[in-house]
Amino acid sequence: MTGWFARIGWRHLVGVLAVLFSLFPIVFVVAAALNPLGTLSSTDAVPTAFTIDNFANLFARTAFGHWYANSILIAGVASVVAVFLSMLAAFAFSRMRFAGRRVGLLSLLLIQMFPQFLAVVAIYLMFARIGDYWPGLSFSSPWGLILLYLGGALGVNTWMMKGFLDTVPRELDESASVDGASHVQVFFQIVLPLVRPILAITALLVFIGTVNEFLLANVFLYEPNSKTLAVGLYGLIAEGVSRDQNFGMFCAGSLLTAVPTVVVFRFLQRFIVSGLTAGAVKG
Amino acid sequence: MFGLVAKILLLGLVAALAVWAAFPLIEAHAWVGLAVEAAVSALVFYAYLTPRRLPLKYLLPGTLFLVAFQVVPVFLTMSTAFSNFGDGHRGTKQDAITAIQTASVVEVPGSPEYALKVVTKGDNAIAFLLTDPAGKQFLGDAQGLKPVAGVPDGYTPLNLGEAGARSQEITKLAVPTAGGAIRSSGISRAYEGRAQRTYQAGCDCVVEAGTGHRWTAHDGSFVDAAGQRLPQGWRINVGLRNFTQVATDSRIARPFFRTLAWNLVFAVASVLTTFALGMLCALALHTDRLRGRTLYRMLLVLPYAMPSFAMLLVWRDMFNADFGLINRLFGLSVDWLGTPWSARLAVILVQLWLGYPYMFLVTTGALQAIPRQMTEAAQIDGATPWQAFRRVTLPLLLVALAPLLISSFAFNFNNFNAIYLTTEGGPFPADDPTAGATDLLITYTYRLAFGAAGARYGFAAAVSIYIFAIVALISAISFRRTRRQEEVYA
Repeated sequence: MTGWFARIGWRHLVGVLAVLFSLFPIVFVVAAALNPLGTLSSTDAVPTAFTIDNFANLFARTAFGHWYANSILIAGVASVVAVFLSMLAAFAFSRMRFAGRRVGLLSLLLIQMFPQFLAVVAIYLMFARIGDYWPGLSFSSPWGLILLYLGGALGVNTWMMKGFLDTVPRELDESASVDGASHVQVFFQIVLPLVRPILAITALLVFIGTVNEFLLANVFLYEPNSKTLAVGLYGLIAEGVSRDQNFGMFCAGSLLTAVPTVVVFRFLQRFIVSGLTAGAVKG
Repeated sequence: MFGLVAKILLLGLVAALAVWAAFPLIEAHAWVGLAVEAAVSALVFYAYLTPRRLPLKYLLPGTLFLVAFQVVPVFLTMSTAFSNFGDGHRGTKQDAITAIQTASVVEVPGSPEYALKVVTKGDNAIAFLLTDPAGKQFLGDAQGLKPVAGVPDGYTPLNLGEAGARSQEITKLAVPTAGGAIRSSGISRAYEGRAQRTYQAGCDCVVEAGTGHRWTAHDGSFVDAAGQRLPQGWRINVGLRNFTQVATDSRIARPFFRTLAWNLVFAVASVLTTFALGMLCALALHTDRLRGRTLYRMLLVLPYAMPSFAMLLVWRDMFNADFGLINRLFGLSVDWLGTPWSARLAVILVQLWLGYPYMFLVTTGALQAIPRQMTEAAQIDGATPWQAFRRVTLPLLLVALAPLLISSFAFNFNNFNAIYLTTEGGPFPADDPTAGATDLLITYTYRLAFGAAGARYGFAAAVSIYIFAIVALISAISFRRTRRQEEVYA
């Protein structure tokens, strides 16, 4: 018996405890979302009743549909464009040798150490000025926020992609060049298809990060219909009284927010472990 | 052929964008902005038309965004750090004087009176159409008076209902004049009041009529003999004062260094706890003989898929003292987020929940990359499982994961959401609402810049620079010690 525990049993123990730890807040969120009273104080640790009122109220009483659309638009565009920009740069860093390559790589890492939102005051003033000239690209517009997020496109992701690209044999693109392919053709037709796993993972990571981004979005988006899920849902339970009352609606909204992530996550699961560690392990 | 067409189309698009962006700049006579815009466009055309400079073609797009929205804000941050910019110190000295004078206007016997009609312009700002007793008409707004005849083009009078709805704006508007300002009295009458506080260039001070109380210009504000300053100040350069304040002013230094210490503890504890738990789970599930391994893995990483901003708020409410789940479940009445140490413990626990699935995923990946022969060799040599782990597996894991651990440290050092969405930095000591027990430097700075107590952008910018420096220094030292550094030279 002790032998079994030492070999296998402890593994189940750790697994069960970890799963309990992981799940109990999520089960609580489900319980709150299904709770007919919709308040924090009446919600138990596990679902005890069932109603979809909280979901219905979310669409009827708030601009949830707008928030959802804004989040998908902003995170979708930002993640696709950011991954493309990052891949372009990673291709140059991995395949070409040029003056400033080393400095460039290191400064990307260093700049990433300064999270963009530390400069939030400067960004605010900058976009106030931009709004004077091009109102469509400033506060309460998704496009201004997308531009801002793209400022962080090059960084850790570029490193991860470069690491992955380094593991793709150079002979592949060299042979294509010998056959007369231009560098553009090599990039789009040889390299891009080969690095699809890392593209998928990075896009997912950027997507998750952007949906969860709160600080810049909160400074940026103040018109009710322009908010993202993070800003809008935060507003639902921000004040003292609404905090208890709107909790069911808030949890219903959170679950709906998780839907696209979980779907993509399930879809990409086989890439995830290799993709996440690609830069670090294979690099 | 296709490539050529695509290139022409894309460059055409760039040209069109450049022209579209240029018009507002020309209209506003923003010549510097226009020059920058033209230079950037020229650079783009050069990069993609020259047959050489291959790396530039691939690096330029991302770099342009990086420079515009990350490097430039950092430099702007650095420049405001040398000023007293903030609430009450936004404009020029002249703006401040005008604001002081118009704010102190009172109606005195014999004040000139006007018939008032409230008008609004295209951009919805209100203005006063004033008719003096002699029948002469003026248009007045926050900038001043100018003579007109009738309602000028582009302005429309407000009707009674509209004026009633905007009565607050109407009461607030003061049209500056030489000796004071014109204010409304109701919505059809206005008077030219006399400023009680006027600026006198001779003494560079503001003097109050009647009392003779004077405020002398000093350091971006008007200050009286007792040290009281008028709320309207102006922007000046303060040199390094914002930086030295952190070290010399004890009211600032104490909360700053306390916050810094906790910030380091939080970042290190977040990384260590998530890594330890993630690694334990990864090791436990790292065997083919375990039934239900896939199910364990799938359920275990679920927190990673949930929206973290929402889950932070859910955790905040689970810790709620009055109706939170944790107190109800265990029959407690602990104010978790209300006392410093329980709040600190709570935010680290929350961070552990959010972060360990990621560590579990990456450790699993790294474990798979460690050849099985290594641990088997250790066993054959007589090592206990613990020794094999301690001497073989862990060092190999650390080599592979060090860069990710450092990134995780840098991320958690500035993990704004983790604090702002749970405790908002609190609980706060009774005597100091600026820095709470769980505040990170980043949330502390955010409150300085945007908080209710009045914005202090200049000082916030200085603190931002300190944060830059600290994170960069720690990361640089750690990276120096990892393999990652060597790759760059490859």
